[in-house]
Amino acid sequence: MTLHRGEHGVLRRLDLPEDVAYRLMLLGFVPGADVEFSGSAPGGDPRVFRVEGTEVALRRETAEQMIIDGN
Amino acid sequence: MNGAASSDLKAGSVHVFRRKTVALVGPPNSGKSTLFNRLTGLRQKVANYPGVTVEHHVGRLSLSPTVSVDIIDLPGIYSLDPRSEDERVTRDILFGQAPGITKPEAIILVLDSTNLARHLVVAAPVLGLGVPTLVVLNMCDDLHGRGGQLDTAELSQRLGAPVALISAAKNLGLEPVFEFLDGTFAIPKPVELPVLNNVPQCREWAVKVSRDTWKSPRPSPWSRRLDGVFLHPLWGPLVFLAVVVAVFQTIFTGAVPLTAAVQAGVNASGSWIQSTLPDSLFRSLLVEGVWDGVGSVVVFLPQILVLFLFIGILEDSGYLARAAVIADRTMARVGLQGKAFIPLLSAYACAVPAIMATRTIENKRDRMATILIAPFMTCSARLPVYTLVIAAFIPSRALLGPFLNSRTAAMIGLYLLGFLAALITARLLNSSVLKSARSPFILEMPPYRWPNLRSLGLRLFDRAMAFLKRAGTVILGVAIVLWVLAHVPAHDGHAPPIQESLAGAIGRSVEPLLRPLGFDWRIGVGLVTSLAAREVIVGTLGTIYGIENAEDNSAGLAAALQQNLTLGGAVALLVFFAFAMQCMSTMAVVRRETGSWKFPILQFTFMFTLAYVCAFAANRIVTALFG
Repeated sequence: MTLHRGEHGVLRRLDLPEDVAYRLMLLGFVPGADVEFSGSAPGGDPRVFRVEGTEVALRRETAEQMIIDGN
Repeated sequence: MNGAASSDLKAGSVHVFRRKTVALVGPPNSGKSTLFNRLTGLRQKVANYPGVTVEHHVGRLSLSPTVSVDIIDLPGIYSLDPRSEDERVTRDILFGQAPGITKPEAIILVLDSTNLARHLVVAAPVLGLGVPTLVVLNMCDDLHGRGGQLDTAELSQRLGAPVALISAAKNLGLEPVFEFLDGTFAIPKPVELPVLNNVPQCREWAVKVSRDTWKSPRPSPWSRRLDGVFLHPLWGPLVFLAVVVAVFQTIFTGAVPLTAAVQAGVNASGSWIQSTLPDSLFRSLLVEGVWDGVGSVVVFLPQILVLFLFIGILEDSGYLARAAVIADRTMARVGLQGKAFIPLLSAYACAVPAIMATRTIENKRDRMATILIAPFMTCSARLPVYTLVIAAFIPSRALLGPFLNSRTAAMIGLYLLGFLAALITARLLNSSVLKSARSPFILEMPPYRWPNLRSLGLRLFDRAMAFLKRAGTVILGVAIVLWVLAHVPAHDGHAPPIQESLAGAIGRSVEPLLRPLGFDWRIGVGLVTSLAAREVIVGTLGTIYGIENAEDNSAGLAAALQQNLTLGGAVALLVFFAFAMQCMSTMAVVRRETGSWKFPILQFTFMFTLAYVCAFAANRIVTALFG
C-alpha cells in the first residue's frame, strides 16, 4: 500500500535483490519495523522514509518493492 | 610491535619507544572523523590502499615522549561482511591481511549515541573479532540535550568491553579514550553475541541491548521543520538553485581578492628571482619553467579553498544529502545519481578536486560516468583563454540593453556548450559502454548539525595539500619539459627564437592537421603546450608573438591574435578549448581514481576527437556565414 506523508506502517517484507535488501536491513528496514513516510523530492522520486529515528532516501522503484502494511 | 632502544647518556638508562597501532571503526555519520581529528590534529595524512580507490587517514598521537599511537581512521561501515569495497578493506585491515599495514592492536568503535539501536548492529561483528575494543558513544551533548540517557555501566556489561560517552565536537568526556590508549589493552570479555552474518539476528540483539541500556532522545523538531522547507515541492528546488548560484558566485567573485593576492605574490617573487640571479639558463629554467608552471597552479588555490569551505559547511550541516535527493531525478535521466551533483559542480572550479570528490558515490558505474564527464564542465583554467579570444574577436555590444553584453553572452554560450557536451556524453555512456538499469539509490540522511569549524579547517587543509601535491607535481614536471622544448637547440647558450626551437618544430609538424581548423603553426605550438594545462597557451602565445608579460598585456596580445586568426579560427579555438582534455593533472587524477591508464587515455581520445571535429565544423560554418 502507498503511504501518505506522515503516515506510519509496518514493514512486511522486501521484494528486492539480496544485496539491496541486505543494505536496507542494516539501516533498520527489517520485517516488523515501524516505517514512516516522510515525504519525497518534488516529483515523487526519491522517496524519504523515517525508520528508527533517521531518514533514509530511496529511489521510487526500490521503495515500491518494500511491502508495507498500514496500521 | 615496534620497539627500539636508545640509551640515555646521562642516567645510563634505556628508553623503549613504544608505537601502538589503533583503528577507528564505526558507521558513517558517527562523528568518527571528528574524534580522529581531535586525537591527531594536523599530524595526519591521507593514504590509499594499494589497488583500491578507498582512502584512509592515518595520524599520530603522542601520549608521552616515549609512547605514541598510530591511529587509522577506517571508512564508515555497518557490517564486516565483505560486500562493498569499504567493508572489504576494513575487514582486511582488522584481520591484519592488508599489505603494508600493521594489524591494529586495539579498536576504538565509534557509535552515535543518539542512534544507538541502529549503530549497535556493527558492534556485534567488531566485538566478535576478539580484539581489545573501546566502545565510544559520540555526540553525548546532542543525546542529553534532547532528553536521552545512556547507562554506560550496564552497556559495558552487555558488550564485555569498556564504554565511554563523549562528544568529540565539544571535547567532552575524552579522558577515558586517552586512558584506554595509554593503558594495556585487554581483550573483550566473552558475552553472548548473535550469529554474526545473520542481519535480522544482529539487529534483534542491537535493539534488545539498546532497550535495556538506552533511552532514545526526542526527535529534533528542527530536523523536521528544515526538511519541510528543503524538501518542499516549491521551496526545495528554489533553495537548491540558490545554493548552486551561491557556489558560482563563490568561485567567481568571492575568491577574487585572494586570487589577486596570490598572483601578486607569485609575480613579485618571480621578479625578485629574476633580478637577483645572474642571467643564465638556470635562471630562465627557474623563472620561466618552475615559477610560471607552479605559479599557474597555486593561483587556483584560493578558489578551490573557498569552494571547498562552502561545500564542507553544506556537507557537515546535513544539507547536502537533501540536495542530492532533489537533484537525483534529473541526474538519473542521464544515467547519473544525485550524489554526483557536488563533484560536477566543483568541476566548475577545477576538475582535479572534483574527481577526487566522486569517492562519495559508492556505485562503481555511476562513479565512473561522473568521472568521465567532469572535465567537460567549464573549469577556471579555460577562463583566461576564453577571455582573451572573446576580447580580441567579439566586439562589445549591448544585446539586451544594459542586461546582456555580447561578450558575456559569448561566455555564457561557452559554459552551456560544456554543459551540453557533458549531458550528451552521459547519455551516450548510459546507452552504450556504461549501460545500466537505474542503480538502487540509498542515502541515509544525517540529522542537521552545526558544522564543527575545527574539523572543517583540518579537512580544508587536507584537501589543499592534496590539490597542491597532485596538480603541483604533475604541472611542475610538465613545465620543465616545456621549458626544455622551447630552449632547445640553444643558440650560443641562449634560447633560440621560438620558431627554431623544438617546440616550434613540433608546431610546424602539426600545422597541416590544424589548417582546416583555421590554425597555423603558432597556434599549433600553443595547443601543444596547452595539453599540459589550458592556461599555458596564453603565456606561450605571448612568447611567440614576442610580447613581454603576456598575462598583463592583454591588449597587445589581443591585437597580435587578431592578426593571426580569422573569426572562424577564433571560434574554432574557443570550441576546441571547450571540448578538449588539456590537463595533465586531470589525467593523473583519473588514472589514480580508476586504477588504470585505460580510462584517461580513452577520455583524452574521445574529447580530442570531439574537439577537433567541432572546431572544424565551427570554422567552416563561421567562415561561410561571416567570411
